Amino acid sequence: MSSAPQAPGVDQALIRNFCIIAHIDHGKSTLADRMLGVTGVVEARNMRAQYLDRMDIERERGITIKAQNVRLPWKADDGRDYVLHLIDTPGHVDFTYEVSRSLAACEGAVLLVDAAQGIEAQTLANLYLAIENDLTIIPVLNKIDLPAAQPEKYAEEIAQIIGCEPSDVLRVSGKTGVGVPELLNEVVRKVPPPAGDPNAPARAMIFDSVYDIYRGVITYVRVIDGSITTRDRCLMMSTGAAHETLEVGVISPEPVVTGSLSAGEVGYVIPGVKDVRQARVGDTMTSARRPATEMLGGYRDPLPMVYSGLYPIDGSEYPALREALDKLQLNDAALTFEPETSAALGFGFRCGFLGLLHLEIVRERLEREFGLTLISTAPNVVYRVVMEDLTEHTVTNPSDWPSGKISEVYEPIVNAMVLLPTDFVGAVMELCQSRRGVLKGMDYLAADRVELKYTMPLGEIIFDFFDALKSRTRGYASLDYDPAGESQSDLVKVDILLQGETVDAFSAIVHKDKAYAYGVSMTGKLRELIPRQQFEVPIQAAIGSRIIARENIRAIRKDVLAKCYGGDITRKRKLLEKQKEGKKRMKTIGRVEVPQEAFIAALSNDASKSNRSG
Amino acid sequence: MPITWIGEAGHPAGGRTLEDMSAKPPEGQSPPADGTLPAAALAELPRHAFGIYIHVPYCATRCGYCDFNTYTAAELGGGASAATFATTASAEIRLAARVLGPGAPAVDTVFFGGGTPTLLPPADLAALVCAVDDAFGLRPGAEVTTEANPESVDAAALEQLRAAGLTRVSFGMQSARPHVLAALDRQHTPGRLPDVVDWARKAGFEQVSVDLIYGAPGESERDWAASLDAAVDLAPDHVSAYALTVEEGTKLARRVRRGELLETDDDQLADRYIQADETLQAAGLAAYEVSNWASGPEAWCRHNMGYWRGATWWGIGPGAHSHVGGVRWWNVRHPTEYTQRLRAGQSPAQARETVSPADRHVERVMLGVRLAEGLPVVELTPGGLAAVDDLVASGLADPAGLAAGRISLTRQGRLLTDTVVRALLPDL
Repeated sequence: MSSAPQAPGVDQALIRNFCIIAHIDHGKSTLADRMLGVTGVVEARNMRAQYLDRMDIERERGITIKAQNVRLPWKADDGRDYVLHLIDTPGHVDFTYEVSRSLAACEGAVLLVDAAQGIEAQTLANLYLAIENDLTIIPVLNKIDLPAAQPEKYAEEIAQIIGCEPSDVLRVSGKTGVGVPELLNEVVRKVPPPAGDPNAPARAMIFDSVYDIYRGVITYVRVIDGSITTRDRCLMMSTGAAHETLEVGVISPEPVVTGSLSAGEVGYVIPGVKDVRQARVGDTMTSARRPATEMLGGYRDPLPMVYSGLYPIDGSEYPALREALDKLQLNDAALTFEPETSAALGFGFRCGFLGLLHLEIVRERLEREFGLTLISTAPNVVYRVVMEDLTEHTVTNPSDWPSGKISEVYEPIVNAMVLLPTDFVGAVMELCQSRRGVLKGMDYLAADRVELKYTMPLGEIIFDFFDALKSRTRGYASLDYDPAGESQSDLVKVDILLQGETVDAFSAIVHKDKAYAYGVSMTGKLRELIPRQQFEVPIQAAIGSRIIARENIRAIRKDVLAKCYGGDITRKRKLLEKQKEGKKRMKTIGRVEVPQEAFIAALSNDASKSNRSG
Repeated sequence: MPITWIGEAGHPAGGRTLEDMSAKPPEGQSPPADGTLPAAALAELPRHAFGIYIHVPYCATRCGYCDFNTYTAAELGGGASAATFATTASAEIRLAARVLGPGAPAVDTVFFGGGTPTLLPPADLAALVCAVDDAFGLRPGAEVTTEANPESVDAAALEQLRAAGLTRVSFGMQSARPHVLAALDRQHTPGRLPDVVDWARKAGFEQVSVDLIYGAPGESERDWAASLDAAVDLAPDHVSAYALTVEEGTKLARRVRRGELLETDDDQLADRYIQADETLQAAGLAAYEVSNWASGPEAWCRHNMGYWRGATWWGIGPGAHSHVGGVRWWNVRHPTEYTQRLRAGQSPAQARETVSPADRHVERVMLGVRLAEGLPVVELTPGGLAAVDDLVASGLADPAGLAAGRISLTRQGRLLTDTVVRALLPDL
């Protein structure tokens, strides 16, 4: 990291901290890139697309997973030199908590909406979050250069949602740069300067924490009161642990060492720890020498909402998987994992995730960055099972479902918000109803756009809900949800048996009314996927000892009727070797040989590929 | 009539099931230009019977289920036409004699396959039999077979072939039902078979065999019964029956894909096999190999037995495969290149492999269990031996055979030969 003459202690009156709230594809990263160019911190020739999205996966998918921040010097139209901090927010439902911490680091938010598409559920959810955080909202329509842009229509819509005049909605094009300087001037004018106490004991909020193999953990902080300097050890208020303050600086957009950050400023602190769990997002950092007494509000431990078993397809990669998970956890305080053994899949890990996207990102990083090939079991949520003897079980894995007399089962519930064109309301209501949704409200955002509010079990959302929603609305609906406690439900565990043996990997916890459908679909799938054996193989679905669905794989009757003459021998031998190789990749359940592909195909429910643009 | 070339050896237009035939030749090492073999391989020569296979790569027309590359004679050029085939093939026979050297045994069997060998004038086949005799000597009582399409021979041709020293003829009958023959694109009519068999008998052939195909799209159980009955009525010494495999890239595969024809499923094929075995057995023809039936050991195809017992054979002709003492090789596939190589005095071998001792064991088991005579249990590894009881218990291996120290398969076992082979080769 270079050291540069950035004077510490910028006057708070000249600081503006803001973020951009936008839906994926609405051009947030392009606009952020344009701001880097307009303010001169990145020269045009060094510009690469989406400068702030650093991870490969983010760049490829065009989404932001980890928040980034950047300091932008800006001479406003009042002739004064300001310091703007742009705090980039993650853009997905799984990362609501991280979003809320990023928002808490700002005084203002640019609400960025695609002028050709209008506002989406995700944006709306984050907008509400920003309003709750008392942020000043600056409404902006982006992509006004597009032929399909309808700025009048969507300015109207935004005005109605946030309660302003349509004429207050700025119009920009991140692509051409039109309107960007005006937007920055508006940020200076509208967003209030920070108002912390520069002389109070230091309090800085960690809004992001990343692990770097060379530097250890790097935290991104917003200083509220006092200042953080390398002269003092820093103290994490949630754990009470003090650490060396190795380096303090700002990002502009490369790291620049400043030695200290004072009230109102945004920058980075390297606290000399090896694991992001020692410097968690949302925690308050203070000075060990003169510690603050009260934490900033809003901190909470990240809680996994969705669990799935991850298994290496090649069993010998198990140690490598453990090592990889250990490494990812350094950078991902929300990821949990513990070893798990499956009769069908061998050794693996039960992993906890914030949501499906989080699951998919972790899985993708494991495969891409660590070269592993994985199979993941169907995701499930966390259930609370109360037995008749009033003992309680927390079930994160269908295998742990208790076998005794169950009195009550509770499952997590979410408040879901669906934004959609009015044409599809019927179809979506039907879908939500079929997923045990309870309608809580319906608001017209515009003549042709509706916001539906439902409470729904999270377990229903993680099971291919995104796909179903998209196919019923031709991709026009968007979804967001927030945890909303738990509710008692009629849930049962459905087991799948091959020749009478339970295949743990296929057990699922489903609502009583859906058990039959699950059983029929899974037994049917397996009948297609499992090759015929020398004997008949019954495939059954059962709740406890009650069989609810059954299929049969008939015994194989012939595997050879071809000739084998002189010219066929070498080929036949090689074919045999290949078959043998294939057999080695088979898992044996009882006497039944099941190819790994069958597990993969049977387990790849639609949910695992559905969340790319939730 | 244009003559087309069939690009791979060992697969008669006489209509064998064409499983795996679309596959390219296996990967192998490149052989020396003069075809020299390692001394260790040559040292095994005295221990085995010796067969010569001659692949005649021409067909009059192409059958709809056949996925070979075909070329018209005009396209071949370079002296690779049917007219010069006997000359070129004779050159390879002489090369074989040079490579095998003075240790080469006399020849036990000769087999003309294709393609359609009977598209060549009988005099050409006669010349090739002479070339073999000149090069190695034909053992007294040698078996000399040709495959023949019923429409490609008449009484006179069969007499000439018999006179040239052929002892055995195998007719590509395929089916007795016209609509099945049509589905297979076969040119002959069912009525042709009694005639050609009669002519062959009159000409004095010692053994007459017919080939059948079952499981063609549109073939019913009754159609197959009719074909089996018709075959039995011919009183052949030998019958081969193969399940049709629909190969990608064939006209047949396209028609199946378009839904014009319905593919026969595996269970139906198993039924057809049982039907064949029952009918042929009732007619006094016993299965001596998975797909071959004979009236007695004297009617077994001795040439093919050589393949299954690991004997020595040299395959003459484009794409033909050979085996000498654990070395396998195969010739270049294109007749033009084949011809050019021989004219330049070079071996036409494209690639070869030296089969490792472990792989020779695999081959031994894989081929041995196909035969009714079975595989001696003493040849099994301890791991393979451990699987034997289970094979008997599950009805795949014959307990009587085991009592005599051999693994021989029941009918159910023959249908599941691959399963048996995998069980007997746990260390593969």
